[in-house]
Amino acid sequence: MNYIFIFLILISFVCALINGRMDIVIDEMLKASTRAVEIALGLIGIMAFWLGIVNIAKDCGLIDLFSKLIKKPLLLLFPDLKNNPSALSNIALNISANALGLTNAATPFGIKAMEDMQEKNQNKEIATDSMCMFLAVNTAGFQLVPAVVIAILSANGMKNPTQIILPTLFATTIAFISSIFFAKIFQKLSQAKKELFK
Amino acid sequence: MIKFLTSLSLYLLPLIITIILCSALVKKTPAYESFIEGARDGFNIAIKIIPYLIAIMAASAMFRASGAVDILGKFLNPVFETFKIPPQTLMVMITRSLSGSATLGVLGDIINQTGVDSYATKLAAIITGSSETTFYVASVYFGAVGIKKFRYALLSGIMADITGLIAAIYIASIFFL
Repeated sequence: MNYIFIFLILISFVCALINGRMDIVIDEMLKASTRAVEIALGLIGIMAFWLGIVNIAKDCGLIDLFSKLIKKPLLLLFPDLKNNPSALSNIALNISANALGLTNAATPFGIKAMEDMQEKNQNKEIATDSMCMFLAVNTAGFQLVPAVVIAILSANGMKNPTQIILPTLFATTIAFISSIFFAKIFQKLSQAKKELFK
Repeated sequence: MIKFLTSLSLYLLPLIITIILCSALVKKTPAYESFIEGARDGFNIAIKIIPYLIAIMAASAMFRASGAVDILGKFLNPVFETFKIPPQTLMVMITRSLSGSATLGVLGDIINQTGVDSYATKLAAIITGSSETTFYVASVYFGAVGIKKFRYALLSGIMADITGLIAAIYIASIFFL
């Protein structure tokens, strides 16, 4: 991110110099900064509303219920966690909280799950298959409602920003499934490699 | 079919809220207090992303105003044109695996530039909403327990990102073109 930031600004100055558009560039720089604050402030209301709603879900045990439901199917993805129920339930809680967009609540569960898996790990510096699977699934970012994005669209005056929910859900589901698929394939490949060098 | 799905989008949110409120009723959870407590976080999140938004929105606005994008766009235009991808969305594709807040900034920049109801905005919104920042997640989770060899974790994540990106482009074109 560091390089992207530096690169973007330096290149703009160089291009502005060549194209003789330095005044426009400076003007845009100042305007965009103001716009950024406006967007962020406009976001507060919707974000607060959504986080309020999902906090009810958390408090009345919906997330726990959901995580219980997905525990069984999760064992298919993490077969070596059969003897590590704590890791499995933390993974389930992490995925459930993430699905509702509670990123702040999800991260502690995720870290706890990693610690549980690390406890049974033979080599503490090398990731296990379950760890890789967990990470892959997590990076796919499965989410029922992309609250922040909707908040930004609405703060900018889009009429019905919820129209993006379903297409986003399709895209994120495909990413989710493919993360499982790729993790499994790479897992098989690394197993095959190990056998070969035995 | 698409019309039906689009209206389904509209009802998905009320449905989720109804389920949540009904289970609060059944479980006798103090919904109001719970809501207030959760809503407080919304403020913090919005404030927290301000510096990221400023950094990325300012940098990309400058980049665009300088005419650099036009040069970059010339190379990529043929590819983007074939798949009907608005060239403005290129930055979202680059940043989405690197930083979530930066991607929000880019989304803000695209809205700024093309308007909130443009196809570019919708596509960028879907791309932003359907991904998690692979590199950030990896460094947080593996860093927390001291894993140094990530093995195939990052590669799987990136492959899933690419698949998700292609899916987002395809799905957006079905829904909104």
